[in-house]
Amino acid sequence: MSKPKFAMYWAASCGGCEIAVLNIHEKILDVDANFEVVFWPVAMDAKYKDVEAMEDGSILLTLFNGGIRNDENEHIAKLLRKKSQILVAFGSCACEGCIPGLANFSPIQQVVDTAFSTVSTDNPENVRPQPSYDMPEGTIHIPTLYPVLRTLDQVVDVDYYMPGCPPESHQIAAVIDLVIQVLQGKAQLPPKGSVIGAGGSTVCDECKRKRNEKTIKEFGRIQLMHADPELCLLEQGIPCNGPATRSGCNARCPSAGAQCIGCYGPAEGVVDYGARLVSAFASVIDSNDPAEIDRILDGLVDPAGQFYRFNLAGSLLRAAKPAWKSGD
Amino acid sequence: MSDEKKPQERVGVYVCHCGTNIAGVVNVAEVSEWAGREMAKEGVVVARDYKFMCSSLGQELIQKDIKEHGLTRVVVAACSPHLHEKTFRTACNGGGLNPYLCELVSIREQVSWVHTDKSAATEKAKAIVAGGVRRVVHHEPLEPLHVPIHPATLVVGGGIAGIQAALEIAEAGYPVYLVEREPTIGGHMAQFDKTFPTLDCSACILTPKMVDAGNHPNITLLTYSEVEKVDGYVGNFVVTIRKRARSVNEELCTGCGICWEKCPKKVIDDKFEAGLGYRKAVYVPFPQAVPKYPVIDRENCTYYQKGTCKACEKFCPTGAIDFAQEDQVMTVEVGNILLATGWQLFDARKIPNYGYGRLANVFTSLEFERLSNAAGPTGGNIVLRDGKTVPKSVAIVHCVGSRDKNYNNYCSAICCMQSLKFAHLVKEKTGATVYNFYIDIRTPGKGYDEFYQRLIEEGTLFVRGKVAEITDAARNPGEEGKLIVQVEDTLVGKQRRIPVDMVILSAGLEPQPDAKEVAKKFGISCSADGFYIERHPKLDPVATMTEGIYLAGCVQGPKDIPSSVAQGAAAAARIVGKIQQKEIALEPVRATVNQEQCSGCRICNNLCPFNAILFHEDRMVSEVNPALCQGCGTCVAACPAGAISGTGFSNEQILSQIEGLLMLNLSSKEAAAA
Repeated sequence: MSKPKFAMYWAASCGGCEIAVLNIHEKILDVDANFEVVFWPVAMDAKYKDVEAMEDGSILLTLFNGGIRNDENEHIAKLLRKKSQILVAFGSCACEGCIPGLANFSPIQQVVDTAFSTVSTDNPENVRPQPSYDMPEGTIHIPTLYPVLRTLDQVVDVDYYMPGCPPESHQIAAVIDLVIQVLQGKAQLPPKGSVIGAGGSTVCDECKRKRNEKTIKEFGRIQLMHADPELCLLEQGIPCNGPATRSGCNARCPSAGAQCIGCYGPAEGVVDYGARLVSAFASVIDSNDPAEIDRILDGLVDPAGQFYRFNLAGSLLRAAKPAWKSGD
Repeated sequence: MSDEKKPQERVGVYVCHCGTNIAGVVNVAEVSEWAGREMAKEGVVVARDYKFMCSSLGQELIQKDIKEHGLTRVVVAACSPHLHEKTFRTACNGGGLNPYLCELVSIREQVSWVHTDKSAATEKAKAIVAGGVRRVVHHEPLEPLHVPIHPATLVVGGGIAGIQAALEIAEAGYPVYLVEREPTIGGHMAQFDKTFPTLDCSACILTPKMVDAGNHPNITLLTYSEVEKVDGYVGNFVVTIRKRARSVNEELCTGCGICWEKCPKKVIDDKFEAGLGYRKAVYVPFPQAVPKYPVIDRENCTYYQKGTCKACEKFCPTGAIDFAQEDQVMTVEVGNILLATGWQLFDARKIPNYGYGRLANVFTSLEFERLSNAAGPTGGNIVLRDGKTVPKSVAIVHCVGSRDKNYNNYCSAICCMQSLKFAHLVKEKTGATVYNFYIDIRTPGKGYDEFYQRLIEEGTLFVRGKVAEITDAARNPGEEGKLIVQVEDTLVGKQRRIPVDMVILSAGLEPQPDAKEVAKKFGISCSADGFYIERHPKLDPVATMTEGIYLAGCVQGPKDIPSSVAQGAAAAARIVGKIQQKEIALEPVRATVNQEQCSGCRICNNLCPFNAILFHEDRMVSEVNPALCQGCGTCVAACPAGAISGTGFSNEQILSQIEGLLMLNLSSKEAAAA
């Protein structure tokens, strides 16, 4: 009997998820032992037409990382959906948009202009990418950018979500173990739509820092403060996103003295991560004086980045209006 | 979010005409037909419109459908839930459906009363109905919570309204704590001379009631005291009261009065005597004060300021003076609270052209009350500020600070009658010529207009017009040494200058200066002008939107003594009724913490206004005590982990309702796109 087939793909992402998979060290040999890797652009040569030629549903497991930024991403997402029995939105970009999704604050033209005109960009003729270009050898194409970045499940049906930027290696290893056990009939898959490779509560649950009743008199930036190493960061006015962020990372950042920035996405049952955090932070601001409250809030220098860094594309808002409009 | 619930619910939709209140603007038949047709796939099995859903026939309609169509959910599109939520819940209950499976959506306050475009209003009504249907399928059957009612009552404010209420409740056999900020109960009524329209002496009718309140075995009098904090909820409030140090031991004091006789320090009494007279540093505000114990005004007492004197202590025959006495903070448990914190006088200095505070012989109404009062600083002689000259002509200016866009828009209700009373007293005591300057004369009470007629017969002069200015700048010899009232006589249609010796400003009634903070302390709402908002302006003028908190007297709006007394008595009757029920059914809307999802971040810990959240240090989770939770939703909104949910306000319910509200918009966009 041939081995079940495995695929992994990157759409709009940075490549960190791929590295995280390789970072499982010798466990990667288990993948090879148990699966036939049929498509994994970063690790092996393959052509889209090979995938197109595969039978529908012939791939058992596809880990899809990256958001849907252009028509190529969308095409492969739909293709892999058709060819895969289990499609996993792998990593923050596929789950909720992540950093590439922050472009949803701006019209696409502005995004392109910025990318092709920064001080570090060598672009003397000030060219912009064109979807197609006529050359003597014929017309060539590059993918067309969409006005907003979408998450994988806004484009195709997704079976499981594996959050993290990137997912922690021990969690990846655990998920691979689980799938292998399922193949061997020793375990069962969780219900469709579940979040896998993560915990059910929040980062605070795994954080060892000491906590008191919270009141915030001042927000500060961690690089400008001497934070108490034992005490909850949020209580010290450092805007830590831990209370709203799904557990599963072993509270890596707070343990290392940095605030959680929310890469594991919303906790179970949270519909809009940013809105939740905004109301949570606002609830513990220790003042009833509007001017004083404004002053305290001014300590949050980048609210959009604070509350929606990883999840703008997957939030209720999904994008700012100018970005939507730029598609019209 | 709107995944079908299995088995699918059977929803009945009822669209109310409310006579023409709704049907005049919203095409109710179209809304109900639309709901029956378009919402069928959402579970609507019957949709009807009816003239008055709240009528017994309307309610029977629902009950009949529950039986015949096997309804499992009911949506009534009518008025605000404040008005009829209970009605329709009860109707559903009568039909055998759990009352909490009914959703009332407002298409009156939120649609017909605020829109004029009929077709747009009809579309909006459909959206609201759609939201209600999407929401109601997620409702769960609930049972109300029963909690016992503590039989004691807190009455805040010892004016006539508070005294009346305290006496009524005490007479019914239940304990009352009567808290008063001043050293004595009695309120403003104790300062008045005569009361309109009968002209009976204010003190003569008030002081017996004060004594009754002071002696009543069921009334605990806490004067010179203020409420600091209110915890708990209807039936079970825990109130923290600060009893300020009187510096007099009440156990020992006999109220003999030697201390204030011997006290060498005279202080202008700007409270009781409205600044016209003096009191001592140790004092009772007036001889009939209840309780009889004096207080030492520490800010003015020579001993407290300079460390020597102690005359009172030396002469006190019972050794009751206690300079070291400290404030006493106590907590009491009560089931209900009545706020009767009264009013303050509009500060006439705010109208500089009337000259109060600058022109000596311009008086406020409260000053005049003291001037005319036989127990007042002049022994009841109406004289000018020099203390001896009897005025030969007096102007009484109505509506000072009231019915005036620059100050208060509202009518202070009592000033017309008060001004007529003043006119009568001036005339009776001095024989002076009296002018009343009025905008309109408003005499709607029993015997009030008869009093007005009597004043006209007595020869009081009435000038219809708003006074522009009161000045001492004479233009002709006849005006010299006089106050000149500059006014447009609107009945004659010309400007007049009327020289007089004395002016009385009938200043308006305002909320207490700390009304807003007090409202916050008790968790009730204030209107923009600072008066407290009753539950319903016509049908429930003594209750507030906060269960267990009631209003009486001018705290709710300017009113005269009979109305204050009536409201105090009415509130007392309501409270006694509640106490006699022994327990109260509370809305089963409660917050609960999902222990699995809670990671003990402690963001919610400090937020609960009812102190219902406790943190388990050992398990690192927070928990809501359902007996204390009032379902306000503060913690639900604050929980960053989404671990707290409120009954009736789950994510599913709210998001489904939003999706329902947007359903029409979205489907029309999809149609346009197709």
